[in-house]
Amino acid sequence: MERSLSDLPNVDERRRAEWLALYERMLLIRRAEERLGKEAQAGNLPGGVHLYIGQEASGVGVCSVLEDRDFITSTHRGHGHFLAKGGDLNAMFAELWGKRTGICRGMGGSMHVADVSKGILGANGIVGGGIAIAAGAGMGIKVAKETAVSVCLFGDGAANQGVLMESLNMSAVWSFPVIWVLENNGLSEFTVTERVTAGEFTDRARAVGMPAVTVDGNDVLAVQAAMAEAVARARAGGGPSFIETKTYRIHGHLEAEEAFLGGYTYRTQEEIDGWRTPDKDPILRFATRLLAEGGASRDDLDLIDERVKSQVEDAVTFALESEDADPELIFDITFSDQRP
Amino acid sequence: MAKQRYIQAINQVFLDEMARDKNIILFGEDVELAIFGDTREVYKTFGPDRVYNTPICEASLTGMAVGAAAAGRRVILHLMFGNFVYTGMDAIAHQMAKLRMMTGGQMNLPITVIAGYGGGRSLAAQHSDTPYPTLMNIGGINVATPATPADAKGLLTTAIRGNNPTFFLEASGRGGDSGEVPDGEYLVPFGKAAIHREGTDLTICAIGTMVRPALRAARELEEHGISAEVIDPRTLVPLDEEGIAASVRKTGRLVLVDESKDRCSAASHIAALMADKCFSSLKAPIKRVTVPNVSMPYSGVAETAIFPNPEKIVAAALSIAGELREVKA
Ligand SMILES: Cc1ncc(C[n+]2csc(CCOP(=O)(O)OP(=O)(O)O)c2C)c(N)n1
Ligand SMILES: [Mg+2]
Repeated sequence: MERSLSDLPNVDERRRAEWLALYERMLLIRRAEERLGKEAQAGNLPGGVHLYIGQEASGVGVCSVLEDRDFITSTHRGHGHFLAKGGDLNAMFAELWGKRTGICRGMGGSMHVADVSKGILGANGIVGGGIAIAAGAGMGIKVAKETAVSVCLFGDGAANQGVLMESLNMSAVWSFPVIWVLENNGLSEFTVTERVTAGEFTDRARAVGMPAVTVDGNDVLAVQAAMAEAVARARAGGGPSFIETKTYRIHGHLEAEEAFLGGYTYRTQEEIDGWRTPDKDPILRFATRLLAEGGASRDDLDLIDERVKSQVEDAVTFALESEDADPELIFDITFSDQRP
Repeated sequence: MAKQRYIQAINQVFLDEMARDKNIILFGEDVELAIFGDTREVYKTFGPDRVYNTPICEASLTGMAVGAAAAGRRVILHLMFGNFVYTGMDAIAHQMAKLRMMTGGQMNLPITVIAGYGGGRSLAAQHSDTPYPTLMNIGGINVATPATPADAKGLLTTAIRGNNPTFFLEASGRGGDSGEVPDGEYLVPFGKAAIHREGTDLTICAIGTMVRPALRAARELEEHGISAEVIDPRTLVPLDEEGIAASVRKTGRLVLVDESKDRCSAASHIAALMADKCFSSLKAPIKRVTVPNVSMPYSGVAETAIFPNPEKIVAAALSIAGELREVKA
């Protein structure tokens, strides 16, 4: 039996276990996506994939203070959110390979991974598609007088959709328990978001009287701390908050984006490399911190790496060995109780 | 004539037309680098006064197209995927399609909206739709669905020079298709179907992306001794009702191929028109090869199962070939 963290006798030991869990979750996302990237480049996945590599601290920090009863809405770049919120790796991989054992039975794919039992209301192929859904989930929670929260994860590109202002306003005026998490990686596809954006995103939240903060999105503990404060406020009936996590997308908008760019570029290699360094990369950075202040040893980290790698291998095997999606299923699940 | 890829043909029209008419402006998400490649070099060539690489906000972009046109500009809006017609729908349905009529004809709205549509590539439900049945049903909006590089050039030029809102829907998966494209100025009139292959026994009317599988099916039908004519409406609004009817009167049999969901598809609309216009010439029921009334699944296996293909077109044709099969076999 695993001991729960709160049973651990002293603060240091507890912190060590908590930090290692954060590290492991980030590394799981990283290794899983590195594999997906390779498979996508090799043409082994049916559709395209948008990787979260470089942004792991944001999703993991956010979800580290959430429970299954809390909701998240996610984006086209949703693998990291899915895994951070406790989604099953095998079921996610099987989904990406279009198998019937997939979390959406092969019907949704990379851009639509969802696990409602874990409060994951879905990745979304529509930029900004999760915004009003998150507001609505907040409304649903409030109506039922529950203490759960609804968390909207969205990008800087999505932040320019008008629906954000509408939903921010309603969540604020009715004090819905929503935490708006803007993952600002600076890019929307091949466009540098700053070039199409006036003012600060956080000021849009402040305009409706909502507390808004900007944190280093590559520092998992900073994200966690901001999130803990926002969640506590929401659970206590204090209404919505806005958190901007500043981060960077290391991989392309989608794997094999070069094929779409036809020789053109929208950023330099130096810029990308600048985010891979030990003091920028969220995982390398946290490893250093774990070793220095978290009481972890190199062996602890190596052990985690081993474990994560074998989980990824197992997930690939699971996906490959699973049966293809069942086409007939479409007709059974489109409606709850009728044929389409 | 020179060989050109579908996407190049479109790109060239943007460059040519914008050079020809300084009143044309172009905007949309990521048009600077152009994820489909069709607006490449446009920003560099015409600069930020005429080309806007916009934020992601379709609901505003469609409304701004209306406003800029009302202010006297000739507008090209790139909506990227056809599905984003839905995110931009309010101003499309309420303003773009209606303002001219509601203002007693005071306003010209020379707007060309371009977007890539269609499934078959595991892009899942939110990136695989065919928005043209929806657009056809709004009223007040033209819809072009070019199937070849030449038609892409001719129809796009007509759209841009026209004075009505037009949706130019490019076949997403077909950008790399190449074909002969006429040099110089080339306009394809709206409402004029193209006959891609002549035949006498059966008409296959195929829309946009479905022209290619229809042609393959026609070749296969030849082996069954059936001579199939393949006709492509090219524009769904306006629709060449007489052109399609002439083909159906000649052959007496009609198979419609449309990758839309069957209910209220372009295929079902054309079927209704032809049942009306060609009743006495029809020797068999009109058949539709479409997608069932469900959204596109991600899995390739599931998608293939519900997607139109040459085999399904051949099967539909054979199902109404009747005595033709026996006589010719
Ligand atoms: C409504 C809509 N418009 C456009 C797109 C095409 N698109 C997909 S991702 C993307 C950029 C999104 O940027 P951001 O929200 O910052 O997310 P990131 O990719 O950086 O994670 C765009 C324009 C889309 N999927 N949906
Ligand atoms: Mg972004």
